[in-house]
Amino acid sequence: MRYHAPATFDEAIAIAAGASGVTRYLAGGTDVLVQLRAGMVTPDDLIDLKKIPGTHDITRLPDGGWRIGIAVSGAELGAHAELVADWPGVVEGMELVGSTQVQGRATLTGNLCNGSPAADSVPGLVAAGATVTIQGPNGTRELPVEQVPVKPGKTALEPGEIITAITLPARGKSAGDAYLRFIPRTEMDIAVVGCAVSLVLDGDKVTAARISLGAVAPTVLLVQDCADAIIGTTLDDAALDKLAAAASAAAKPISDKRGPKEFRVDVAGVLARRAAKIAYERAKA
Amino acid sequence: MSKIHVQATVNGDSVEFLADPRETLLDCLRDHLDLTGAKEGCGTGDCGACSVMLNGRLVSSCLVLGVEAEGAEISTIEGMADGNELHPLQRKFIEHAALQCGFCTPGFLVAAKALLEKNPDPSESEIRFWLAGNLCRCTGYDKIVRAVQDAAAEMRGAA
Amino acid sequence: MAKDEISGKEFKWIGTTPDRPDGLDKVTGRARYGADFNLPNMLYAAVVRSPHAHARIVKIDASKALALKGVKAVVTRADLPTGLTGEDLYLQENTLAGEKALYDGHAVAAVAATSQLLAHDAAQLIEVEYEVLPHVTDVDKAMAKDAPVILPGCADHSVPEGSAPNVARMIEFGRGDLAAGYAEADLVREGHYTTEATHQGYIEPHAAVGQMGSDGKGEMWVCTQGQWYIRKMCSAVLGTDPAQLRVTPSEIGGGFGGKTTIFMEPLPLALSKKAGGRPVKLVMSRAEVLRATGPTASASMDVKMGMKRDGTITGAEVNFRMQGGPFPGASPVGEALSCAFACYDIANLNHVGWEVLANRPKCAAYRAPGSPMAAYAVESLVDELCRELDLDPIEVRLKNGVKEGVRASYGPKFKKIGLAETLEAAKAHPNYAAPLGPNQGRGVASGFWFNHGGETSVSLAVSEDGTAQVSVGTPDIGGSRASIALMAAETLGIAYENVRVNIVETGALGVNEPTHGSRATFASGKAMWEAAQGAIKEMCKRAAQKWDIDPEAVTWKDGAAWPAGDNAGKFEPLSIKEIAGEMGKTGGPISGHHESTPSGAGPSFGTHVVDVEVDPETGRVTVLRYLVTQDAGRAIHPQYVEGQYQGGAAQGIGWALNEGYIYGEDGRLQNTVFLDYRVPVASDLPMIDTVIVEVPNPGHPFGVRGVGETGITPPLPAIANAIHAATGARLRALPMNPPAVLAAIKAKG
Repeated sequence: MRYHAPATFDEAIAIAAGASGVTRYLAGGTDVLVQLRAGMVTPDDLIDLKKIPGTHDITRLPDGGWRIGIAVSGAELGAHAELVADWPGVVEGMELVGSTQVQGRATLTGNLCNGSPAADSVPGLVAAGATVTIQGPNGTRELPVEQVPVKPGKTALEPGEIITAITLPARGKSAGDAYLRFIPRTEMDIAVVGCAVSLVLDGDKVTAARISLGAVAPTVLLVQDCADAIIGTTLDDAALDKLAAAASAAAKPISDKRGPKEFRVDVAGVLARRAAKIAYERAKA
Repeated sequence: MSKIHVQATVNGDSVEFLADPRETLLDCLRDHLDLTGAKEGCGTGDCGACSVMLNGRLVSSCLVLGVEAEGAEISTIEGMADGNELHPLQRKFIEHAALQCGFCTPGFLVAAKALLEKNPDPSESEIRFWLAGNLCRCTGYDKIVRAVQDAAAEMRGAA
Repeated sequence: MAKDEISGKEFKWIGTTPDRPDGLDKVTGRARYGADFNLPNMLYAAVVRSPHAHARIVKIDASKALALKGVKAVVTRADLPTGLTGEDLYLQENTLAGEKALYDGHAVAAVAATSQLLAHDAAQLIEVEYEVLPHVTDVDKAMAKDAPVILPGCADHSVPEGSAPNVARMIEFGRGDLAAGYAEADLVREGHYTTEATHQGYIEPHAAVGQMGSDGKGEMWVCTQGQWYIRKMCSAVLGTDPAQLRVTPSEIGGGFGGKTTIFMEPLPLALSKKAGGRPVKLVMSRAEVLRATGPTASASMDVKMGMKRDGTITGAEVNFRMQGGPFPGASPVGEALSCAFACYDIANLNHVGWEVLANRPKCAAYRAPGSPMAAYAVESLVDELCRELDLDPIEVRLKNGVKEGVRASYGPKFKKIGLAETLEAAKAHPNYAAPLGPNQGRGVASGFWFNHGGETSVSLAVSEDGTAQVSVGTPDIGGSRASIALMAAETLGIAYENVRVNIVETGALGVNEPTHGSRATFASGKAMWEAAQGAIKEMCKRAAQKWDIDPEAVTWKDGAAWPAGDNAGKFEPLSIKEIAGEMGKTGGPISGHHESTPSGAGPSFGTHVVDVEVDPETGRVTVLRYLVTQDAGRAIHPQYVEGQYQGGAAQGIGWALNEGYIYGEDGRLQNTVFLDYRVPVASDLPMIDTVIVEVPNPGHPFGVRGVGETGITPPLPAIANAIHAATGARLRALPMNPPAVLAAIKAKG
C-alpha cells in the first residue's frame, strides 16, 4: 500500500488517474481503516485528502448557505454554533456516527462515500437538500446528496472523481430539521432505521418539507409521500398518522442481523412522527 | 514495502519512527515507541481502549494511520501524570475502585480527561454518553462514573 | 474444617477499602498485559481459520507462504503428536483442525514471520482446500435424528440407545414423587425458554509469547486465569513434559471464565519449536476472539412447576438441552440442572439434561456457567405462577427458599447460607417501594452459585524488616491482591502496606487451579491463612527460644509474640520486625506454605430487583433502577465486592437485552465485532445499587464466600419479569431486544 498526502485536489486526482490498482481516499479514516484491518479492502494507493488547504473549513456562503470541507470532523461540526443553529438535524445526524473518539475523526463526506444505506449523517443531508461538489479528470460537477449513493457500498462517483465539498442551502426563517435513528443500545450501533425531517412553516402551517429514511432500502430514500402528508397541515394527529403510514409504506427493508423487516417498517413510521414533531418545534422556536 | 519516516510530538517529547503505511497509530505507539499503555481491544473503533489525544482531539488510535501522525501532537496515558503527581482522575479511579482488570482504564482516563477539559461539570448522563465509546466489561460503569464525578468536583475546587 | 476463627473479634483491616496494590500501575498504563510483552529476536504469528462451519480439509499448501522472505515456520495438525484421547484430544482438535474444520473460525494453520504484517500476508497465502459439509448451529436442530453428524460416536454411556447422533451426554436426577406434587398444587404451569450463546466479552484479546526449543523446554508469557492450566493443556496438546514449560501470567484484561482454558496458546510454542526456538508472539483480533474462543452454550429449556395458592411450590421439573460446540464435555448442562432449583426447598423434583454437539466454537466457562440460563427459565416461570396467584415474588421466595440444614436440589445439605437475608434486604430497600410510572415495571429474581475451592498452593515469606510477601497462583482479575493483602495483614497483625502479594509463575509454587469458581479470595486467602499460621508458629518458636520457654507458651497477637499468660513468664512482646531482623541468626529464613484442595466454599445467593421502562412503539427497554443484594459471607474489601455485584449485573443485563451470537444460514458468525456484538455501554445502564449481605461462611477463617459469579444469574429473569410487569408480554427467548419485545407486545394484542 502506498500512502499519498497531496496538497491540492488536482494533485490527488492526478495520483488517482495514474493508479492502476485499488485506490481509496482517506478523510477521517474511520471506515477505511476498519476495512483495511479486516482485510476487506487493502488499497494499493491510499490518498489522504486532509492536508489539502480548505478541507477543514466551514464557510458561510453569500446566500446564507454553508460550505463544509471534506475533512471537517463530527466534533468540529458540532462545535460550530451558527451551523448548529441553522441545521441542527444535519449536525445531530453526524454526531450520532460512532463514539466520541470516532467523532474526532469521522466526516460527513466519508460517511456519504462509504455508501451505507444506514449512514446516520446522510438522511439529514438529503432532507436538507444538500449538494456535493465533485471534481474529476473531466472537470467539476454538482450532485444532490441523494444521488450520490447508488447501492450499498457504491457511489455515483466515476473513477478519479473526488467530492471536494458539501453545500447546505440557506436555512431561511421559520424552518427546522431533525434526525432520529433507532438502535438497540443507546450508542455505538448502526442505525436500524433512520429518519430526517426538514420543514418550513408559515405560521403554524407546514409549507415545505423534505423527509428521508435511512436503513430501509438499498440507499437513503427521499420520500415525497411523507412530505405530502404534512405539507399544508399544522402537523395535527391526522397529518402525523398519514406521515407515519407513508414512511412505513415507503420502507422496503431487508431482514438482517441488525433488525427484521417488519420491525423496520413499523419503526420507520414511529421515527417519522417523532422527528417531524421535533423539526416542527424547532421551526416554531 | 517501503516505510515512511514520521516525526511527531508525544507527551511533549519529539519522536520519530518508521511506519509501514498499513500500521495504525496504535501499532506505532506500542511497537515503535514502546508506549503500551494504549490497548487494542477491538481494532475497529468500538471499545476505546486505544484512546489518545491527537492534536487536541480525542481519537481511537486504532483508527488513525501512523503515517497520518506526521507533525502531530499526541498525548497518551503515559503522559497523564505529572511525574509522580497523579492526575485527579487517576487518583479517583484508584480511590473509587473504578477498575477491576484495568485493561480499559487507560482509555477511560484519557477520554474522561478530554471530557473534563471541555465540560468541568458534566451531568451523570453527559459522562455516560461521552464515555459510551469506552467499553468496560468488569465494573458495570457505576464506579467509573462516580470517579469521574468526584474528580470533576475536586478539579472545580468543590470537593 | 477451620472454624470462623476470628469472628466476634474486631477486625483492623478486613472490611476496609485501601487502594489496591496494583492501582498505580493500572492508572498509568504501566501494567503489563498479554500483548504488552516482547522478547529479543521475537517472531509474530498469524492464524489461518476455516470460513466454513463444517468442512473436510482436503489439502493445505503453505509453499507460497514459506517462500516469502522472513517467514520462518508454518504449523498444521500434521506437526502435532497423534494418539491423544478424551479432553486432551478435543483441546488439540480445537487448537488446530484435523480431518475436519468443525466451526466457522476453527484454526487450520499458523505461521510465524519477522513482522506482524508479514505474518498476516503469509497467512493469506496459505491455500486450504475444503470439501464443504452440511452443518448445524441451532441446539434443537442439532438434536434431530437426521442432523449432520459432527463427531461420530460422541455419545457416552449415559445416552439412551436410538438417540440422535449429536447427543453426547444425558443426565437425569431427582427426588420425591412429581405426580403427587402436582396433584397437591392449585396451579401447574409449564413454559419453554431459549437463550442464545453469549461471549464473556473481556476487553483484552488473548495474547501470548511462547518459546520452545527442540529439547521441549519452553517458556510462555500469557494472559490467562490459570498459568498451570495453560502449562498442563499446552503440554498435552504438544506432547511435551509440563514440568519443562514455565508459564508466567501477565496482568489479565478480563476473563469471566473465558481464559481458564487454551485456544491458540499451543501455537506460538509449536511455531517456536519449528523456528529454531525463536520466541513467537500471537495476539488474537476481536473477530478471532468472538469466532474462535469459548462463548457459553445456547439453550432450549422446558420447565414445569406446581404451586399452592399460599405460594408453596409442590413439584418442579426441567428438561434442558444445551449445545457446547463440537466436542463433548464443554456445555454447562450439568451445572445448569444443579442450579435450576438450588434456591428452592421442593420435595418433588426431576431434572433431565442433554448435551448436544453443534458447529459452533467449543464452549468455555462464563461466570456461573449454566446458572443464568437455568435461572432465566425457572425464575421466569416462578414469576408467572406468582402473578397468576397474585402473590408477592419476594414472599414466595422467602416461603420456599433454602436455608441451613435443607437438602439442596442437587444433593448435599446446605450449611449456613444467606438467601433469606438477601430477600429481606431487597424487600427493605427503597427501590422495592419506588413508585412506577406508565410503561414501567418491576422484576425480581434470585440466583445461586456453588463456589469452588480447587487445588491451591500459597507461600508466605517474612522479610528481614518484618514485612511479608505472599506468593499466590491465582491471577488478580478484579482486586484479589488487595483482598489477600488485607487478610494477610489481619492474620499477621502488620500493616496492609507491609504486605506484597505476588502472582507467580508455574516455577514458583505447586499446582494452582485458575482464578475461577469465585475462588481466588476464598481459596488463596484460606491457603494464605494456613501458610501464615506456619510462619507465626515459627516466629513464636523463635521467641520461645529467646525467652527460653516452651513454644506452646507463646501466643501471637498484634504482630508480635507474647507470653501466653502469667505462667509463661514475664517478657516484653517481640515484634515481627524484631524476630525477622535476627532470623538469620536464630534458625534461618521464616516462611510458611500451604497446599490443599480446600472444601467449604460456601455458596452465595443473591436477589435482584430491576425497574424497566418499555417504549411501546419500538420495544426498547430502558433499565431505570437496579438493585443487587448478595451474600458475601464476609466482604474483605467491600468496594471490590460491590464491583463484582455490579459487573455481574451489567453482564446479565447485556445477556438479557442485546447480546447474542447470530449465525447466518451459511453457519458463519455474523456479529464478529463489538459494533454488532452489543455489550452494554455506559449510557445503557443506570447506577447499580448494591447491598452486601454478610452471613459468614463457616468454611473460611474469615467467613469469605466467593462473590464473582452469582451476580450474572438473576438479571436475565428479573428483566423478563420486569418487562412482563410493564407490558403484559412474557418473553421466553433471549435476547429480549427491541424487535423481540415489540413483536411480543403486538402478539399480545
